[in-house]
Order: sequence, then C-alpha cells, then structure tokens
Amino acid sequence: MAKIIVVTSGKGGVGKTTSSAAIGTGLAQRGHSTIIIDFDVGLRNLDLIMGCERRVVYDFVNVINEEATLNQAMIKDKRTDNLYILPASQTRDKDALTEESVAKVLEELKERFEYIICDSPAGIEKGAQMALLFADEAIVVTNPEVSSVRDSDRILGILQSKSLRAREGQEPVKEHLLITRYNPARVNAGEMLSVADVEDILAIPLLGVIPESQDVLKASNQGEPVILNSEAAAGQAYSDAVERLLGKAVEHRFVDEERPGFFKRLLGGRA
Amino acid sequence: MSIFNYFRTKRAPAASATTAKERLQVIVAHQRGQRNQPDYLPRMQQEILEVIRKYVPVDQEDVQVQVDDSDNCSVLELNVTLPG
Ligand SMILES: Nc1ncnc2c1ncn2[C@@H]1O[C@H](COP(=O)(O)OP(=O)(O)OP(=O)(O)O)[C@@H](O)[C@H]1O
Ligand SMILES: [Mg+2]
Repeated sequence: MAKIIVVTSGKGGVGKTTSSAAIGTGLAQRGHSTIIIDFDVGLRNLDLIMGCERRVVYDFVNVINEEATLNQAMIKDKRTDNLYILPASQTRDKDALTEESVAKVLEELKERFEYIICDSPAGIEKGAQMALLFADEAIVVTNPEVSSVRDSDRILGILQSKSLRAREGQEPVKEHLLITRYNPARVNAGEMLSVADVEDILAIPLLGVIPESQDVLKASNQGEPVILNSEAAAGQAYSDAVERLLGKAVEHRFVDEERPGFFKRLLGGRA
Repeated sequence: MSIFNYFRTKRAPAASATTAKERLQVIVAHQRGQRNQPDYLPRMQQEILEVIRKYVPVDQEDVQVQVDDSDNCSVLELNVTLPG
C-alpha cells in the first residue's frame, strides 16, 4: 500500500526541501520505489537540491492541467534507482492546484510508487494545506528556536483538523518530529533549545536530529542530496531517520557535543 | 573531575534556552486552546470586551472567551478579570 508522506513546518527555510530530498533518496536507496513532489508552486527548489534542474521540461502544474502526462513530467534520478522527482512550476501560482486535480494525480502515483514524499511550501495557508491534505504521515521539520517550534505546533493543529484523514474521521495522520540544524555545543551553553525541550513542547515522536553542518550547504551547491555523503554527520543522521521511518529502532546520534579532543582527554574530561 | 568540567559547572545558568522554553510553553498552551474554536469567536470576544469597557476599564487579556465541547452540548466560557 503506497504511503503519502508530507514534509512540512509552517516556518520557512527550516530544511523541508533538504529533508525531502534526503529522505526520499534514502527510501529509494533501500529499494523502495519513491517519488518526491515539489508542492512549492512558483518557487521550485527541489530540482536544484536533487541536481536535476536542467532536465525539467514539464512540471506538476502541467500534469494537473493535463498539458503533459505524468510520464513526461517525472524525472528519473540519475544517481539512485527507484527514485523520481516531480518538479513544481516556476511560473504559476499556488491556486493552480485544486483538491480534485491533486487527488487524481496522487491516485495515479499510488499505483506506481511505495512512497510519495510531498515537499510542502512554507506557511500554513492554502499551499501548505494542499501539500498535507492527502498525507498518511507527516514529517514536521523543526529548528530548535521559538518561532519554528511555535509554527510546528500550528501545523500540527492543521494536520489534526484539515487533513483528509481528519476531515473524514479516519485514523489520524501519523506525526514525526525531525529536528534540524541542531547544534549540541550551543545547547550545552544554554543558548539553544535541546531535543528534550522541543520534544516536551510538541509531544510527538522523534524521527531524527540532524546537526547543523556545512556539509548541507556543500551538498546543495553540488545538487546532491546530503544523505549520499555517508562521511557527513548530517548524511548519517538522515540515514538513521530513514531507518526509523521504516520502523527500525536506531539510537540517536549527533545529539551530544563531539567527543572530547586531545586536550580534554589529557585533562581527564569524560563529558 | 577535570578542570574543564569544573568550568562547565561554574558557568552561569542564566540560559536563554530556558527562557525560550518557558515562553514556548505559554504560547503553545494558548494556541492549543484556540484550536477547534468557532470562527466567530475572535469577533465575539472583541464585542464582549467593548461592552465590559463601557462599565469597567479592562485590558484585552483580561477577557478570555472559550468554547468547550462535551458530548452533547457546548459551553461558552467567559472569564473576566476585573481590576482590583
Ligand atoms: N542541517 C543543516 N545544517 C546547515 N544548513 C542547513 C541544514 N538544513 C538546511 N540548511 C540550510 O537551510 C536553508 C534552507 O533549507 P531548505 O531549502 O531545505 O528549507 P525549506 O524549509 O525547504 O525552505 P522553504 O520554506 O523556503 O521551502 C538552506 O540554505 C540549507 O542549505
Ligand atoms: Mg523548500
């Protein structure tokens, strides 16, 4: 049975597209046929993060308007088998998507894919609501700071009232918390909310903690999802999150400050 | 205990993260209270506030209006804090 997973946040720029690309790639790497859809109509980004911007011919809105078929619009990833991308339109606005037309496209995709990842636009209005409407599961991307956590709570409220599952009184959308841009040193210095703080406030199960890392920018410069960089802590953290999404119990790494360096060990530090 | 740990425990605990968490707890509690509230509520709250102000000077936050749904009826709860 195909699963629709929305990657959402309320607040902009917290790492939704980075996470959609990484998690979609991770699922495909593990043999699950996956498509990542860019719902950010007018501001497409996913194609850049996935490094397929030059292969975009048709987009999601063309498919919605029946100006192109799904097969024409879907882009097969060059690096990872089982993975496709459906880019957003650069020129239309968010009103191009209607409930019926999106439902129709998703039905067709459900026949072909195991996982359909919806990269939501920022905000809590129409565009974000369309991206989460048909979701079975939601990955709520949160940065450890006040405005991001508040917006995550608002988007959780919307998931619980405006998703199709909520509207039709079905089993609720399964919620996952993904904390990104986490900096353990700053947490220890008391300057940043900790994982426990954010979990406490949002009270949904933790899918993963992605550290703040230069490797994410490097990956986006190169158009390669960071999960393909298995040396990078951020890449490893995304891999762990994918394992958990698939139901495996994996311990959380990168939550504590890096292991003490030479001097600290010399001085007998054990923290 | 190493000298580093010594300094760490000495570090002032006036952490901004603690303030952030406390603020968030209040914000989120408020937000959750407003979920599933009828759309007319903010306007009604405003009008009630205006009526009360004809008689007593109160602040916006002194008037709380909320609808609680139970199984077979809804209760409109109005909480007004009058100046002491
Ligand atoms: N773990 C991380 N460490 C460092 N930088 C990160 C991390 N995650 C995301 N970023 C950076 O944050 C910026 C925003 O990321 P991204 O585009 O994924 O966010 P978004 O939520 O999709 O934004 P929008 O709301 O505009 O769609 C990018 O510059 C990205 O490189
Ligand atoms: Mg994005």
